Amino acid sequence: MKREGQVRIPSGCALAAVISKEGRPISGETVRRAMIPMRERSNGLGGGFAGYGIYPDMREYYALHLFYDSRQTRKDCEAFLKERFELVRSEVLPTRKLPEITDEPIIWRYFAAPLQSVVADMQVDEREFVARTVIRINSEIEGAFVFSCGKNMGAFKAVGFPEDVGRFYQLESYEGYAWTAHGRYPTNTPGWWGGAHPFALLDYSVVHNGEISSYDANRRFIEMFGYRCNLQTDTEVITYIMDYLLRVQGLTPEEAAAVIAAPFWSAIDAMPDPAQRTKSAYLRTVFPSLLVTGPFSIILGFSGGLMALNDRLKLRSMVVGEKGDCVYIASEEAAIRAMEPQAEQIWAPAGGVPVIVRVKEGVAV
Amino acid sequence: MTKLDVTALDHRAINEALCGTEGDCRLTGCCGQRFIAAGMGGKRIEIDGVPGNALGAYLNGAEIVVNGNAQDAVGDTMNDGRIVVRGDIGDAAGYAMRGGEIYVRGFAGYRAGIHMKEYQEKVPVMVIGGAAGSFLGEYQAGGVIVVLGLNTGGSPIVGDFPCTGMYGGRLFLRGDCRALRFPPQVRVRLAGAEDRAALTPFVQRYCALFGGDAQALLADPFTVVTPDGQNPYKQLYVSN
Repeated sequence: MKREGQVRIPSGCALAAVISKEGRPISGETVRRAMIPMRERSNGLGGGFAGYGIYPDMREYYALHLFYDSRQTRKDCEAFLKERFELVRSEVLPTRKLPEITDEPIIWRYFAAPLQSVVADMQVDEREFVARTVIRINSEIEGAFVFSCGKNMGAFKAVGFPEDVGRFYQLESYEGYAWTAHGRYPTNTPGWWGGAHPFALLDYSVVHNGEISSYDANRRFIEMFGYRCNLQTDTEVITYIMDYLLRVQGLTPEEAAAVIAAPFWSAIDAMPDPAQRTKSAYLRTVFPSLLVTGPFSIILGFSGGLMALNDRLKLRSMVVGEKGDCVYIASEEAAIRAMEPQAEQIWAPAGGVPVIVRVKEGVAV
Repeated sequence: MTKLDVTALDHRAINEALCGTEGDCRLTGCCGQRFIAAGMGGKRIEIDGVPGNALGAYLNGAEIVVNGNAQDAVGDTMNDGRIVVRGDIGDAAGYAMRGGEIYVRGFAGYRAGIHMKEYQEKVPVMVIGGAAGSFLGEYQAGGVIVVLGLNTGGSPIVGDFPCTGMYGGRLFLRGDCRALRFPPQVRVRLAGAEDRAALTPFVQRYCALFGGDAQALLADPFTVVTPDGQNPYKQLYVSN
């Protein structure tokens, strides 16, 4: 399998997302539709989606989505997986043959329960165990790539335009309380399936429009904690940063946003609330290597919510709208209108200010 | 007036259809198609729905009316004509515009009027009814930007870093703007009689387009920002 090598990928991409605050099921077709009016933002070299709440009957198992380059790789990888997981279900991930989507790898889905004896032996918690296993497969098993490994969520991605990728994965047959979507416009890439967005680790997924000038600084820091940036693309490192800050460090999404898009020192100095001033300065000081610079807009998906965030200078577009209990986020208002023509309260969040939407308490995610 | 349902058309088909019509035209069902009316002159185009980015780029005399919100980069490098947006406008509106007018009823995103310029009788104008985002008038080299700050609900009339790198033109903000921070290379003062005379037709036109009491608005104090001196960045360049 060809991977992205020595080049960084500047991109001018398309983002969209929707979430039901009541936790109501939304068809994947809704977010696929959002990508149609933004076609010019992609160039056919990558499209993808993440759905949350899509596997309610299997919610206690990790849903692993893998690309394989050959049958033999699959057999080898499954042997490795079986040393660590009980594979409750193994199946071909359903796809639809389309002329627009070609050269697909072998795409497999597993619902897996970690073997508790192995977890106990490693002296880590279950989520750390799954993360380490996935990182190991992606860096050591040639030709195998885990592109989704959360519970009750899944990423779907491919080389192609996102609206075609959505049809390829039959997104209309999935329902979830939240979805994110991405159309990719890489300009320096062989374009392989794993390099499409979202990038996902456990239940965290990131779709990203932009170009991160701090990539190497971020990568050097995050690799100290066991992450491996295999793809040389900036989005991958954001996913690991979010996993590290949210899961390992236990920060809230608001705090994680104040690390990666930390307010300017001048803005911190001008904060009227001393507690907020102290906290902002603290987060900037403790995690300086996780400041993400350069233009970006990202949407982070996590169990029970979404977070949209722009770089501090807002060098990428981002619009938010609402209708009923649903919140819509996209690079363009047209995409929101494609999901919900009657969307209200269309507004553009300021740079560096996160928009965090959670399903209400009590809804099972 | 020619009516055109553009629901199923891409930007190329829309512009070809527009080129094929004489006189006024109304587009319905617009959803994100870019470059609408780019470079066009000699007609009036009304748009229902959400036009895509770069609406009226290089506009050369046409009048565009959007009956809702517009996205990013409206009037990019426009030369002449008028764009009226009855809702809000996205980022980088009027980027490098060199002539014509943009009137926005509501709010503008980041970088409105970035690098506007003027030459002799070509003086572009952008009037924003609500508030503007950060970097308003960044690198402004000419033309007039007016922000009326209507219905802002108490939030600032403009975001951070207005007029950064400004070296020409004029920027009017309603109010005394004492809380705003400007860069050292600009002069910030209250509008005098001469400034008000220059401002009056723009406020009147805004009110004629969208309603409102021009006289009442003009009775408020306005702040004028201009570059400090003829060439505030002289020290950055080699003289030759």
